[in-house]
Amino acid sequence: MSKKFPEGANPMNTKWSRWKTILTCAFLSLAIVLCDARAASALPAGKVMAIPAFARKYGLPCSACHTAWPELNNFGQVFRDNGYQLMNDRDSPIWQNPSYFPISFRITPNWHRETTTNQAFDTGNGTLTQAGFDLSGMDLWSAGTLYKNISFVLLPSSDPTAVWHFEAAFIRFDNLKGSPWLNLRFGRFEMDNLISEKRFLFLSDNGGLYQIYHFNVPGSINNFGYGDNQIGVELAGHSANSYTRYSVAVLSSNEGGVNFTTDVVPGAPPAGRSYDVNLAFSQAFNAPGPPGESGFGQERIGAFAYIGQRPTNYLTEGGTQLVGINNKPFYRIGFAGDLSYKNFELLPLFMYGHDNPYYGIPGLASTTPLPLGAQAPTFYGGFLEAHYYFNPQNVALARFEQINVGQQAFSNSTTGSSSNGNITAVTFGYRWYPIMFSRAGVALDGEFSRVRTIGQEPLGGISSGNVADPTAATWSNSIFFGIDFDF
Amino acid sequence: MTLKNFAVTFALGSVVLLTAGARVSTAQSHVNSPDPLLGAPSVATETSNVAGVTGHAEEGKHLYRRFCIGCHGPDGNGQGMNAQWIDPQPRDFTEATFKCRSTPTGTLPTDEDLYNAITRGFVTTNMPSWRPLSPQQRADLVAFVKTWSPRWAHEKPGTPLNIPPETAITIESILHGRGLYQKLECWKCHGPTGNADGPSAATLTDSKGIPIKPFNFSTGDRFMCGDTNRDLYRIFMTGLDGSPMPSFADVIQPNDAWDLVHFLRTLQVALPNQELTLWQSYKAAHGKELKPIGPDTAGGAQ
Repeated sequence: MSKKFPEGANPMNTKWSRWKTILTCAFLSLAIVLCDARAASALPAGKVMAIPAFARKYGLPCSACHTAWPELNNFGQVFRDNGYQLMNDRDSPIWQNPSYFPISFRITPNWHRETTTNQAFDTGNGTLTQAGFDLSGMDLWSAGTLYKNISFVLLPSSDPTAVWHFEAAFIRFDNLKGSPWLNLRFGRFEMDNLISEKRFLFLSDNGGLYQIYHFNVPGSINNFGYGDNQIGVELAGHSANSYTRYSVAVLSSNEGGVNFTTDVVPGAPPAGRSYDVNLAFSQAFNAPGPPGESGFGQERIGAFAYIGQRPTNYLTEGGTQLVGINNKPFYRIGFAGDLSYKNFELLPLFMYGHDNPYYGIPGLASTTPLPLGAQAPTFYGGFLEAHYYFNPQNVALARFEQINVGQQAFSNSTTGSSSNGNITAVTFGYRWYPIMFSRAGVALDGEFSRVRTIGQEPLGGISSGNVADPTAATWSNSIFFGIDFDF
Repeated sequence: MTLKNFAVTFALGSVVLLTAGARVSTAQSHVNSPDPLLGAPSVATETSNVAGVTGHAEEGKHLYRRFCIGCHGPDGNGQGMNAQWIDPQPRDFTEATFKCRSTPTGTLPTDEDLYNAITRGFVTTNMPSWRPLSPQQRADLVAFVKTWSPRWAHEKPGTPLNIPPETAITIESILHGRGLYQKLECWKCHGPTGNADGPSAATLTDSKGIPIKPFNFSTGDRFMCGDTNRDLYRIFMTGLDGSPMPSFADVIQPNDAWDLVHFLRTLQVALPNQELTLWQSYKAAHGKELKPIGPDTAGGAQ
């Protein structure tokens, strides 16, 4: 991170501009603290709860299921594992008030500032900066029970321009043969990630993703993202308190794509005909505290493995790709944890990724011998995320991420650098939930994220599409203030 | 310069965010200061002891705010924001009256009773099982629940009921239990066939005057205070305080109580069990000899 990067010619890239951003950030924070804190304090904070969708049905505060929404605590995990049921006799839809409709929506109006260095422009090289008020995408989330032990999720999601897709859509058969160890899910869903990217607490362009969940070695044709929802069928199970959990999923090798393509939006390349497998297991335990004191809290550790395939070539007609063929395998393995010490939570994750050598040579069918120097692209890395909960309504966040390319696609990498593609990222944030009423939740979210990428564009943030110097580090910053609301 | 800028931004951002956190937390504490949730004097000292785990009310207070306040309310009186939508109503902790106890009627429950109630939940109500919470957290909640009523400071929990070993499940036992069901007039509330449709069922109210339904055995649901024969024995020997269900500890002997348990199991027609199987085969052969349960056969059902 100590590498210097060339100062750009962009007129926005001045010392004053950066200080202006820092001061803006500071004043906005102070404004929130001085104004909104007092206003929110007038609310009956001790008597408020947040109850979108499920909580509306069961009359529980949102904090019952979430450490800080949308992140689940263990009670929420058990609720989810039971097919969105509390396992009392109020689970069946017949117990619902006829006026109840299980829909929540979530969107985040925000202000953010993005800067990325080492960018190529038509007018020269420099730093790309953009700032202003903006909208996040929107989730329209519906889920519930169709019948006792049959549940569903339907999650149409849009980008900020209101282009919609189905982020998740599945039906789940719970407690098969009366056992919590047998639950079947069918459709498009998030894999059973111990650390969920779909329910995490970061929203900024650079910080709003786990880098390693979307990383592939530069030059690899692999489009797999561990954090992306996949489509297929999952057999999962858990102990009564969900301390022990497992998941085995068979998924189409298409990155969750629909209509036999590799994405959920029109125009995506066609998929192959193969299947991937994801395995996940985790175990939780309670760490006792010192004598005379309450325990540390619940600790969970787990491991995962994803074994997949991707086509190296396509069956075509008139140059149009029809279906992926000549598959070659890849895998991701790793371990993760969710560790607690009273109000402090630590989330570590390590992942190793291994692609087939053919992935590094786009268009080369696996029926053709590999050229000299071709090798399996590999990478390793992970993150360490920390949360401190002042109380259920205030949480401070921090995350450090590091990804190293273990092996480039070619031994004589065209960049001449074995570190090409390496990523280092830090993110800090704070979420305050001033409103947690029985029908809605509001969170004020402030974040700062800084990402350094060697020779490549950042995975998030803003970019021109081309780095100016492929041997240099690219720094990308996000500053974000948003009002995240959920009804 | 890059690192310097980064460091300055990080430091400034951290200070601002943590200041915001501290300030907001403080502001919320102030607004809640009249709230017994924060002000109950015994919160600092009250403890619980369950199976070697010591619960602390101070920790339980935070857990209560997170998990329980929506129904049981910030004042512990069962008048949380969601209470108006909930039937049966959430427990009023300020009365220190609890249905599920191992102790005699009218006495305080043991810590373990409260712990078991939190762990088990109440299947026929909105109260879920809180088994996902750690044993320590549940013990902490028990300690905090005990801060809502001054009774806990002045009274000791009652002596837990001694439950003798279960007697053999025989047709004689079931028949005798059936006679007791008639004699003790259980049918008046629970109905002749356990369908909760006895002549008094519609008139029942709890200790707060809120209408309450008797337990419907025919659904096969778990009992309010457990699901084993021992739990059922305990329920009618201790009674469900705060509800019309009385204690029969002074009315019937232990062996009789087991007979009643065995008969009650036969009413759970939706839940396969040993007593039901035995009873159904008996009824197939002797059904016409049985007098129906109800007012016309008072004292004589067999």
